[in-house]
Amino acid sequence: MGLPAAWRYHWNVDLLGRAALRVNRWLAQRRGDAGWNSQVLAPPLRVSAWNKELIARHYLAGRYANGYRKVAWVTSGAPVELLKALDFYVLYPENHAALCGAGRVVVEIASEAEDAGFSRDLCSYARTDIGTVLSGKTPVGRLPRPDLLMACTNICQTVLYWYRVLAHHFRIPLILIDTPFIYTEATDHAIAYVRRQLEEAVEVAEEVAGKPLRMERLREVGRLSQRASELWMEIMERCRHRPSPISVFDQFIQMAPVVEMRGEPETVDFYAAMLREVDERIARGIGVVKEEKRRLLWDNLPIWYRLRYLAEFLGQHGAAIVASTYTNAWGELARMIDPDRPFESMARTYMHPILNRGTGEKLALMRRMVEEYKLDGVILHSDRSCKPYSIGQIDQRDRLIREVGVPALLLEADHNDPRAFSEEQVATRLSAFLEVLGLA
Amino acid sequence: MTQALGIDVGAATTKMVAVDGEGRLLWHWLEETEPRIEEQVARFLAAAREALGPLDGVPLIATGYGRRLIHQATRRVTEITCHALGIYRELGHGGTLVDIGGQDSKAIRIGPDGSVVDFVMNDKCAAGTGRFLENTARRLGVGLEEMGQVALAATDEVTISSTCTVFAESEVVSLIAHGVGVPAILRGLHRALVQRVVAMVRTVGLEPPLMLSGGVVRNPAVCRMLEEETGHPVLLPRHPQLMGAYGAALLALAETGRRGDGENTG
Repeated sequence: MGLPAAWRYHWNVDLLGRAALRVNRWLAQRRGDAGWNSQVLAPPLRVSAWNKELIARHYLAGRYANGYRKVAWVTSGAPVELLKALDFYVLYPENHAALCGAGRVVVEIASEAEDAGFSRDLCSYARTDIGTVLSGKTPVGRLPRPDLLMACTNICQTVLYWYRVLAHHFRIPLILIDTPFIYTEATDHAIAYVRRQLEEAVEVAEEVAGKPLRMERLREVGRLSQRASELWMEIMERCRHRPSPISVFDQFIQMAPVVEMRGEPETVDFYAAMLREVDERIARGIGVVKEEKRRLLWDNLPIWYRLRYLAEFLGQHGAAIVASTYTNAWGELARMIDPDRPFESMARTYMHPILNRGTGEKLALMRRMVEEYKLDGVILHSDRSCKPYSIGQIDQRDRLIREVGVPALLLEADHNDPRAFSEEQVATRLSAFLEVLGLA
Repeated sequence: MTQALGIDVGAATTKMVAVDGEGRLLWHWLEETEPRIEEQVARFLAAAREALGPLDGVPLIATGYGRRLIHQATRRVTEITCHALGIYRELGHGGTLVDIGGQDSKAIRIGPDGSVVDFVMNDKCAAGTGRFLENTARRLGVGLEEMGQVALAATDEVTISSTCTVFAESEVVSLIAHGVGVPAILRGLHRALVQRVVAMVRTVGLEPPLMLSGGVVRNPAVCRMLEEETGHPVLLPRHPQLMGAYGAALLALAETGRRGDGENTG
């Protein structure tokens, strides 16, 4: 650890940055709803300003991390608790890519990867990340150079090859956690297999971190992780209320901390505050869509560059998307975490993301959601980039229509690449779907 | 007397329909869609006034890709809902409607009460549309009107493997260079188009009877092959190209009844 680097980090992140971002949040909260221009949607939650502060501070810390803290880049489904307990600064390239998507800079950044020979058929998150790595382009200033990579195959197989590219580029170690696919249930030997990999990963991570893993610290991180995920689940379940206090579009925005800052105390505080605000909305009868007439389910990743457009389009007709299989994924596994048996429970938990289970499991989840959230229709985003999430959607759609009796629409787009989004076609399909729902 | 109007601004053609108080088709007009749609629609309305008399207070609903450009419309509704309404009124029952337009095709499952149960539209590709046949007919030097007959009369059939309209053209050129006869190629082209459409029908699930609308209906080979590929007879409306505009007019009429008066068409 270099002294100048530590000094720079404390000065820029802990003192100046923290103060400036806090003032910024305070000003934003004081401004409140002034400037909110939607006729059909409720203004963003007050905690949004806190969320922005958290994210800004996270990337600011990343900017000054090299030389002071060890940096790990991880996939969204990686067992991050191990690295947090070793005090790594953890960066999620997928979250960074989503941020680029929402900021509409993906085409410019992904083109850098495409020009280097990466196919446009490759996941747009991967292309965005590799584009940033190759060009340095990012809306957050600068990404820290990683000292360690951790990829877990519980979300897709693309991460395996993507992270090998990163390992080759940065010439650093890559920890790979291979999670066997669960068709119906996780077998004991599969859990033991993942557990052994986690134990082996500790040795590599300790060596890079330059310090040993303390079990008490790991248990503490596990508890914080679990608490944040539980609160997140509770917040989502509040959307069973009619009218729904928040929409899935709010969830897409507010989910960043539970993904990339899981295991930190402030993340728990943030979601506790969010839950209070959501309850306040319910108590005051505020719905996210001013006149909620129909309630919908969203399947697959968001379309990051068109969140507001879609929310407004649907909101104008009185349709609110109140549940999604995607945001649910960061809450539904909270009950599996057992901080007192960290390795055993991590192995089990990280094998169970929805993308690592059979497509029938997702159908069962959607059926359950339709019933529990009293939903009138389902929009399945067929995501060109995310094949594991999109596979099976044609059958799932068919069975939702025939067996559950809800109208369902397959909407073709891409979560991050606007070149795969055709506004006219999307608008016609959505309009026709709303007409089917009786919202002409 | 004209009670309601419907206009369907498609990618290839624009259609306008007038109905009486009973929803009977009184008048229609069809032209190729021009780049300046607003001017074209003004001309359509002038033609309607000339044929039908003053149209003050007659409601107009617009549908089709250009529906948002029709500022004279009282409301805009998608072609899915309009086609379903039009065909339901015309044939009197639900079922599965396939509409193959110039640059767009769709399959709509219609319930026994005329409501839309499910629909799919072709995406990002013209190979399931009329444009596919139009392009390749030009390449083969066969008239659009006769190509269906030629395909049906063919004794051989080749497989066209390209799933893209533009690449299918290159494939056709290559087949000609290999000495394959034009009728066999044409038959293969029709088969490729119909198989794409049938894939859409399977997605919504074929609930008989099978109905067909759109400009491609004028091509007898498409109807015949659709029957062959699905094993179901195909029912055709009297005016296959007008179903969207007719449905729009019927919807406008229904809303007049509900409101008791119409808004001004101008």
